[in-house]
Amino acid sequence: MVEHFEASNDATLTLPRVEQRIPTVVVDEAHVIYRVHKGAGGGTSPVAALRRLVTRTSAPNIQEVHAVKGVTFTAYRGEAIGLIGSNGSGKSTLLRTIAGLLPVNRGAVYTQGQPSLLGVNAALLNDLSGERNVTLGCLAMGMTPEDVAQLTPEIIEFSGINERGDFASLPMRTYSSGMAARLRFAIAAAKMHDVLLIDEALATGDKGFRKRSEQRVRELRESAGTVFLVSHQLSSIRDTCERTIWLESGVLRMDGPTDEVIRAYEAFANGK
Amino acid sequence: MADTALADPETGLTQAQLAARHGLRVAGERPSLTAYAQTLWAYRHFIRSYANAKLVASFSTAKLGQLWQVLTPLTNAAVYYLIFGWVLQQKEIPNFIAYLTTGLFIFNFTQSAVLAGTQSISGQLGLIRALHFPRASLPLAATLTQFQQLLASMVVLIGIVLVTGEPITAEWLLLVPALLLQSVFNGGLTMAVARMGAKASDLKQVMPFILRTWMYGSGVLYSVSLFENLPGWATQLVQLNPMLVYIELARYALLDSAPLLSTSLTQMLVVGTVWAVAMGIGGFIYFWRGEQEYGRG
Repeated sequence: MVEHFEASNDATLTLPRVEQRIPTVVVDEAHVIYRVHKGAGGGTSPVAALRRLVTRTSAPNIQEVHAVKGVTFTAYRGEAIGLIGSNGSGKSTLLRTIAGLLPVNRGAVYTQGQPSLLGVNAALLNDLSGERNVTLGCLAMGMTPEDVAQLTPEIIEFSGINERGDFASLPMRTYSSGMAARLRFAIAAAKMHDVLLIDEALATGDKGFRKRSEQRVRELRESAGTVFLVSHQLSSIRDTCERTIWLESGVLRMDGPTDEVIRAYEAFANGK
Repeated sequence: MADTALADPETGLTQAQLAARHGLRVAGERPSLTAYAQTLWAYRHFIRSYANAKLVASFSTAKLGQLWQVLTPLTNAAVYYLIFGWVLQQKEIPNFIAYLTTGLFIFNFTQSAVLAGTQSISGQLGLIRALHFPRASLPLAATLTQFQQLLASMVVLIGIVLVTGEPITAEWLLLVPALLLQSVFNGGLTMAVARMGAKASDLKQVMPFILRTWMYGSGVLYSVSLFENLPGWATQLVQLNPMLVYIELARYALLDSAPLLSTSLTQMLVVGTVWAVAMGIGGFIYFWRGEQEYGRG
């Protein structure tokens, strides 16, 4: 099922890199099974809940999802890797596993340093101003207060939230969803990460912000980090990643140079 | 898929060997206890500013803003005084209003810290899933937020104590170690309930009742001399209740003629210190053991 491309090595050869390729993320036959609550449905009445307590059975509204089925690959320093696949193919689950937020049931995931996951639904404190959220976010990433004071104006400028008036001093609950996503990306991108995992974050925001963030992803990569990007917008993957991994129903379908993988993926998606 | 077992065809290493050679670690692994304590210390600025932010945010939609920090304890004291001092006409205790408010404010510190701690993990899943920091920062920040509230309450309390005619004595200095011991106790307790609350979401519903029971067992609203009517072993058990000890310490420090259950100051200090150390260390270890599970699910 997995197709190997000799060319995948050639594509990364052209990158500026040190003599030996240094792996940053090693995924070895990883299986991820997680349990989801189906929400209100049958068997949620008080009597049923009491019976479950007495008989010590688990709630019937919990279902197991086998989201990632034996994925194996190695990511190296200085690579930007796109993750594509249909909805529900396990892309976001794989990212959360690499970030150490979901355990593997079989296999293993090894990482260098602590990968940072940047998702669109990552929440900060909505009652506080954008500026205070920047301070908190930076401190939460382990920066010193001096670094934070120095970086805050840069982060706010990068996010562009002050383009229409002084939004940085307003609470985050007054922001549009695009503005909030931009600010979150700006905060996470302020630090040099060994491994940065981006989940659809570049898709939000206007054209100007997309350009800036693509530029930033390139900088992060050159400073010897590895960037993973999950997106349904193939254009932003094509612009930022030279290697792409295609997941389909939890199985690694293809791993190789972006152009080839996207071509195969588009043929698959159109033929469906 | 047999060929995928080799990560690098040139070197012939398996994935696990490749990871080991370059010093990669298993994702989401729990750090050692000392490493965890060191990281937590490095995050002290985050804890402080998170606690401040929470305090500001909790008043951000109220018109009177942070004035509520003082108004809330005042209103609380007024309501209880209305019932117990005025309607029920309790006469046993001299300076009942000061006696009541001391107990109320000291107990409220632990009560609010525990309530905030129960939700400090389960209510911040977004933050936990987005950023990596030692999770113990959150319950500790909850304790710190409540400590700042306590300082505001203490200003109110000292005002009440002075207005009701208590003299200023050297014993007032005892309030500082008493509050510090209670803060360490609260920090450990908050971490413990944070881990429990992260797993069992029903705890949030049960907690108010546990705390109410605890309050009645700590002699907040009535004279502690009532405990002396209990059988001897029960009285001794009540004397080991950490909240009773912290409240008695504060009353001993501030009030001149309040009835006390404990006979000696040394005994109160020893029990208070043992509780603080045991709960502080125990709560920290208990929380650390669950570190890799927070935010999953």
